[in-house]
Amino acid sequence: MAYTEEELKKELETKEYEYGFYTDIESDTFPKGLNEGIVRAISKKKNEPEWMTEWRLEAFRVWEKMEEPEWANVRYEKPDFQAISYYSAPKAADPNKTLEDVDPDLLEMYRKLGISVDEQKKLQNVAVDIVVDSVSVATTFKKTLAEKGIIFMPISEAIQKHPELVKKYMGTVVPTTDNFYAALNSAVFTDGSFCYIPKGVSCPMELSTYFRINEGGTGQFERTLVIADKGSYVSYLEGCTAPSRDENQLHAAVVELIAMDDAEIKYSTVQNWYPGNSEGKGGVYNFVTKRGICERNAKISWTQVETGSAVTWKYPSCILKGANSVGEFYSIAVTNNYQQADTGTKMIHLGKNTKSTIISKGISAGKSQNSYRGLVQIGSRAENARNFSQCDSLLMGNECGAHTFPYIEAKNKSAQIEHEATTSKIGEDQIFYCNQRGIDTEKAIALIVNGFSKEVLNKLPMEFAVEAQKLLEISLEGSVG
Amino acid sequence: MDLKDKLVSSFMAFENNIDVEHPVHDVRIEAMKNFEIKGFPSKKEEAWKYTSLKGLQKIDFSIFPKQEKTLEYKDVKKYFIHDIDTYKIVFVDGVFSSHLSETTHDGVDICLMSSALTKPMYKQIIDVYFNKVASKDESLTSLNTAFSKEGAYIYIPKGKMPKKPVEIIHFATGNEASLLLQPRNLIIVEENAELQIIERHQSLTSNEVLTNSVTEIFAAKSANIDYYKVQNDSAKASLIDNTYVDQKDRSFVNVHTFSLGGKLTRNNLNFYQNGEYMDSTMKGVTILAEKQHVDHHTLVHHIQPNCESHQDYKGIYGENSTGVFNGKIIVDKVAQKTNAFQKNNNILISDKATINTKPQLEIFADDVKCSHGCTIGQLDEDALFYLQSRGIPKKEARALLMYAFANNVLESVRIPELKTRINKLIAKKIGVNLGFDL
Repeated sequence: MAYTEEELKKELETKEYEYGFYTDIESDTFPKGLNEGIVRAISKKKNEPEWMTEWRLEAFRVWEKMEEPEWANVRYEKPDFQAISYYSAPKAADPNKTLEDVDPDLLEMYRKLGISVDEQKKLQNVAVDIVVDSVSVATTFKKTLAEKGIIFMPISEAIQKHPELVKKYMGTVVPTTDNFYAALNSAVFTDGSFCYIPKGVSCPMELSTYFRINEGGTGQFERTLVIADKGSYVSYLEGCTAPSRDENQLHAAVVELIAMDDAEIKYSTVQNWYPGNSEGKGGVYNFVTKRGICERNAKISWTQVETGSAVTWKYPSCILKGANSVGEFYSIAVTNNYQQADTGTKMIHLGKNTKSTIISKGISAGKSQNSYRGLVQIGSRAENARNFSQCDSLLMGNECGAHTFPYIEAKNKSAQIEHEATTSKIGEDQIFYCNQRGIDTEKAIALIVNGFSKEVLNKLPMEFAVEAQKLLEISLEGSVG
Repeated sequence: MDLKDKLVSSFMAFENNIDVEHPVHDVRIEAMKNFEIKGFPSKKEEAWKYTSLKGLQKIDFSIFPKQEKTLEYKDVKKYFIHDIDTYKIVFVDGVFSSHLSETTHDGVDICLMSSALTKPMYKQIIDVYFNKVASKDESLTSLNTAFSKEGAYIYIPKGKMPKKPVEIIHFATGNEASLLLQPRNLIIVEENAELQIIERHQSLTSNEVLTNSVTEIFAAKSANIDYYKVQNDSAKASLIDNTYVDQKDRSFVNVHTFSLGGKLTRNNLNFYQNGEYMDSTMKGVTILAEKQHVDHHTLVHHIQPNCESHQDYKGIYGENSTGVFNGKIIVDKVAQKTNAFQKNNNILISDKATINTKPQLEIFADDVKCSHGCTIGQLDEDALFYLQSRGIPKKEARALLMYAFANNVLESVRIPELKTRINKLIAKKIGVNLGFDL
């Protein structure tokens, strides 16, 4: 063996976050703090119509009265909401610009991250709506999409151009009063993506957005709204990496999906925000509300690979309202060092013959804590509802923890629910077997982890699957003692 | 006056009738303080999310029964496992009934908590064990501790085994319009000793009864304890059962809970594994109808390495009943090589029945095998058809399947007479005569 376990451990601890660099882009940043004035200013800055400002203010007033939730199985220093600047836009941003006009510094940053806005993505058939801090700077493939009648643009632009759609659907799945962070997001969100797929249209390409947090001390509040009209199909990708920063950064996003009759939405996320260093200093707080609603025969499928963030608090959910609708949740959550993740899903079965599948794989290493928290609820009118849940945890080292909190509530006798959970570690015999065949320990672990998470990785679109696999390897390198 | 205030103010009256100089009284005062601060748990608390005590708190329970009523053995014979000889500790409205009981001091102590708490010869044991494993934080346990006075006291010395099982039965006669009972049991089984217990709460009236019981069990090295709880009470009887088990090396403790009736039943079953190579088993069968509510709350805390725990709870829910299962397994960092298994299977047979289940794992050690499985479903249509095609009427076929569903919990009952008894109770509950003794 080339490495001893000690060496491996050491290497992991000292391994710095690969994407931890900081690009100096001149930012137009608001003063720190939050009050009605700031909310109005954000709205004004975005040149929003009156109804939008009112909507934000209403959310802000609700938020003021709310308290930060404490029920999650995570411990962290509460962010000071008055010490955050709620708006920061790269100055060079102008939505009408072409690629050539984009700040070369920005392009360099994407290049370092391996995300090219240009040819590369075109070849890969991915339309990218990039968000740096809070304003979209480049949008490609708009034309191809426009031909199909697909609307894919920053949400701030959508508020201007398609107010009727935004007004009708925004806040219908995640109401402003839903929870503390959703309310905060509703009040101060600066940008995000908006997507509308017209009736019967199958979106020809994977839509994708890359989020990034850049300016130190700014929180990022993204708002995503995806509407799939009757009989349409869309696959949406979201990926994230963040530059290394010492102070904790707050990210509170809201994602709303609406799948109308016979529509299908596939939403995939790869999240690799800065998790803090090996002492647990710094790192991103990721408090996200993601929810989708399914009408008749519709399907929503959430796939997520979570490797980053110091604290993750995220429950992509499906409301299965229409008959025969289907909800799926596939997740891999990896925590290392001092990371904490409390993640899972909610499947609310309301309609007849609704089905849901939950596959959750948690991998904890170092001193991290990884929790699955899920709810399967069968309403009294949800005849023949079916659910299958599986939560597996893999523990590496004896200082980490794995927890499961599955809530199962059935109010209908025809419901069929299965829930299974296991916790185990990588077997010494498995590693020995690989070593014996000339595979070093590190590779063997990568191999086993890949096998463990295969069910979920398989659900990711091609481009993402490769990326995700790499991420898993990076985040777990040498973490087995 | 609400129930909490009433309880708090009755504490003084309670103090008049006991020896306040005894060191145990300090424990009571502490517990009362905790209850005063916390009060009754509300649905806002995670542990009580699915069980509401609101309705019960509105009832004006009498806390100290005013007069004694005697029961004749022939009237209550059917509630005993009368086909075998047992030691009996019987309480009528919370008061020990000597003529129905059979206690002993012959080598083992099977007697009363009231004497253990007052007689000097027991002082040493009380100092070591009383309120040591019971939660000092949980408000209802504190409430019981504050009013602790009577209950069963069982002490089995090293290497001993009582000749026969022990039956603990609490009768409520309905002498009072509504009665609150708070029995406190202490069970100590020393090294290599064995014990079998059958516990039952029985209301003989249609008046309201609420029992808030606390049982502390100490299993020393290589001790072996079988505990059977039979809960088949009347429609106006509610039970909050708090059982705390402290286990040492190589001990075996099995608790079986049969919840077949009662208005509201809450079972808080807590195991603390303070040693190695031991086994904790919790099994339960719940068959409910009408508006009954049963909430099983189990906790197994694996503190030391190389231990096992097994949980198997089956539930059949009919009519408007609601069932809750919340099983929690905690594996500490040092508790390597732990095997913890948990299973919860449920069948809903009515549209209005509800089941809420939350199997929960909290694991801090890496070399462990932990699993939980939970299902909610219906009777297998194919199996039903198979039986019907062989001439078994649908009702009987359904009953057979339900019986089979619950059977592997029953199989591990080690007292044959009790097994027969529970089989009969289940057959009756399912509502059929299968023509043979199950």
